[in-house]
Amino acid sequence: MADSLPISGTFDLTQATTPRRLALDVMHDWIVTVDHKKIGLMYIASAIMFLAIGGVEALLIRIQLAVPNARFLSPQVFNEMFTMHGTTMIFFVAMPILFGFANYLVPLMIGARDMAFPRLNAFSFWISLFGGLLLYYSFVGGNGLYGNGGAPLVGWFAYAPLTAKTFTKGNSTDYWTLGVLLSGIGTIGTALNIVTTTFCLRCKGMKLTRMPLFVWLMLVTCGMIFVAVPPLSAAQIMLLIDRYLGGHFFDTQAGGSAIIWMHFFWIFGHPEVYILVLPAFGFANEIIPVFSRKSIFGYPAMVAASVGIGFVSLSVWAHHMFTVGLGAGANIFFVLSSMIVGIPTGIKIFNWLATMWGGKIHFTVPMLFCVAFLFQFLVAGLTGIMLAVAPFNWQLHNSFFVVAHFHYVIVGGILFCVFAALYYWFPKMTGRMMSETLGKWHFWLFVIGFHLTFDFMHIPGILGMPRRIYTYEPGRGWEVWNLIVTIGAFIQLIAITLFLVNLIRSLYKGNPAGSDPWDAWTLEWVTASPPPVYNFATEPIVRSRRPLWDLKHPEDPDWRYE
Amino acid sequence: MSAIPFTADSSDERWVLPYRGTIGIYCLITAESAMFSIFVIAYIYYIGKSLSGPTPRQVLELPIFTTVCLLSSSVTVHLAVNGLRHEKWTAFKAWLAATVLLGSIFISGTGVEWYKLIYKDGLTLQTNLFGTSFYSLVGLHASHVVAGLLMLTVTLILGLIGKVRQEHAARFHALSLYWHFVDAIWIVVFTVVYILGR
Repeated sequence: MADSLPISGTFDLTQATTPRRLALDVMHDWIVTVDHKKIGLMYIASAIMFLAIGGVEALLIRIQLAVPNARFLSPQVFNEMFTMHGTTMIFFVAMPILFGFANYLVPLMIGARDMAFPRLNAFSFWISLFGGLLLYYSFVGGNGLYGNGGAPLVGWFAYAPLTAKTFTKGNSTDYWTLGVLLSGIGTIGTALNIVTTTFCLRCKGMKLTRMPLFVWLMLVTCGMIFVAVPPLSAAQIMLLIDRYLGGHFFDTQAGGSAIIWMHFFWIFGHPEVYILVLPAFGFANEIIPVFSRKSIFGYPAMVAASVGIGFVSLSVWAHHMFTVGLGAGANIFFVLSSMIVGIPTGIKIFNWLATMWGGKIHFTVPMLFCVAFLFQFLVAGLTGIMLAVAPFNWQLHNSFFVVAHFHYVIVGGILFCVFAALYYWFPKMTGRMMSETLGKWHFWLFVIGFHLTFDFMHIPGILGMPRRIYTYEPGRGWEVWNLIVTIGAFIQLIAITLFLVNLIRSLYKGNPAGSDPWDAWTLEWVTASPPPVYNFATEPIVRSRRPLWDLKHPEDPDWRYE
Repeated sequence: MSAIPFTADSSDERWVLPYRGTIGIYCLITAESAMFSIFVIAYIYYIGKSLSGPTPRQVLELPIFTTVCLLSSSVTVHLAVNGLRHEKWTAFKAWLAATVLLGSIFISGTGVEWYKLIYKDGLTLQTNLFGTSFYSLVGLHASHVVAGLLMLTVTLILGLIGKVRQEHAARFHALSLYWHFVDAIWIVVFTVVYILGR
């Protein structure tokens, strides 16, 4: 497929002669760069690094919980592990990896040469990365100069009043607050950049109604970020005021409210789930049509559903707080709004299925991940609907059922799409293909590991096992399920290791990809792989949603039908 | 290599996209509004919940004069933008200087108010919930005023030494949007702190 591309003239095919340079020079290049592609790659690389760290933390948790009465970790270290695992995975893995792809792809997909504010882009990346490094410095500096150090141990949502100076001494909570605050600043900066790029730098003919759906989804995501992330930053600032200046926002002794922290956190926390999942939907929107050899079914419905999810998801946060006792009125409101999210999400699932229906499906590795995503995300959505029912929630609140549910969303939904995206765009980013064989091993092992872990994690939850429990007595019927879950986690470890091997091996030894290995339709595939610094030698002009289809099929272009 | 667009039959329709600075500042304003709304909600939630005095009614006075100054600075900055757009240099510099002056009066007013509250009434951030939420919300707004004043002052200095040209009008307009936002937030803060909360 790669060689038969009928496109010429839009990019410079001559190989740049790159003499070998000193490692220091290369590093200097990466550190001072404002190129959206390099920043995107650094986002992805830093996210994969934190993914490995957060994964090790998850494994330590699972070893501790594998058998009853275990003493593998101390209780304090156990608390540190689940706090750091959650914080790392959300703020320093999921957000950066999605932003990495957005950074890399949005300008390419809309035919722009760079982001609207390249220096802000670099700033946002580095401030986020330093947020992550600061968070991890807590292992050394968490107890101040007096203790042996310690990481944050208040849980990733850090409920008040546990975060008050009285209850967490030392600086561990401050590292958490500052790390997350910095990451929030970076997030808002990048979101601002993406929205501005999308509105101001589209190439000629790239109307909003012709944008690739990934760009649309990023636009909605960034709009949500503006509304959802600043509340978290505000709450973090209040917490800092409490801890350092002696304020009383969350100080129940002085009339402050612990509940209001929960509201502030989840006003951020729930939209955050959609902020993460919408870009993942975007990946599926690009990958499923290409490997079904059909254009996406129901483009306008997809856009409308995304915008709908964006709006509705801003009013569902208190379904994390049904056990607080908000009163019947508030409970009913949040039950209904949470269930309404299921409607636009259902529209999307049906549209993806309809895209595949009657298509000529190629089961490449990216497509396999997308198909698994469809099924798993459906299950995750169904347990979500169960948990949205307040009485059911009262029974299972803070149990392992909840943990299983949101891991189904984040791993089964988001991470699967991220893997699909990595396999799909790796050729564009590096100019080399990833190994399909290793990729299929990775996929199947990961599917098996995932289902062993997170299917069976629901059961101890229903049997009453609370989350964040340090250990448990034998004889409650939890032992066998926990053991299976831990075994599944290690199968996932093997799968991820295979992925990393594949990634590094393909970087050096992968087959040359050419500019368009998948016979795809969006603008990023028209330029060289990897794209030159300037992306496109001349500004592309588009006339339909699939500019490359028009180019490859001048006898039957898309724009005739739009 | 040759450089041809890959769909040759491009239409002649005009392709005009908005200025990136304007969109960027609107995004920033949206994000900042979300942040302010949380501080405002916290303030409203904690009205009357302090366990000890002093209460707002005892110590707060309506800052009418400084409010008028800040709100009029929105008008002057608008006139300054118009001046720059039409290359009326004197008007640009005069209205911009007036904006900086009015903003400075406002922030000095806040300073005087805080001095009185701290040293005369003994209200600090640590005193009670009112102190915590009052200084946080008003302080957050004041920090935005200071940031805006710094940017306006830099623009004024550049204008006075003749470095500002007409092509900078779009940028200056983006800055003026930020300043309008700071003023609009003050209306909310004023209503919540000095009317609802008193």
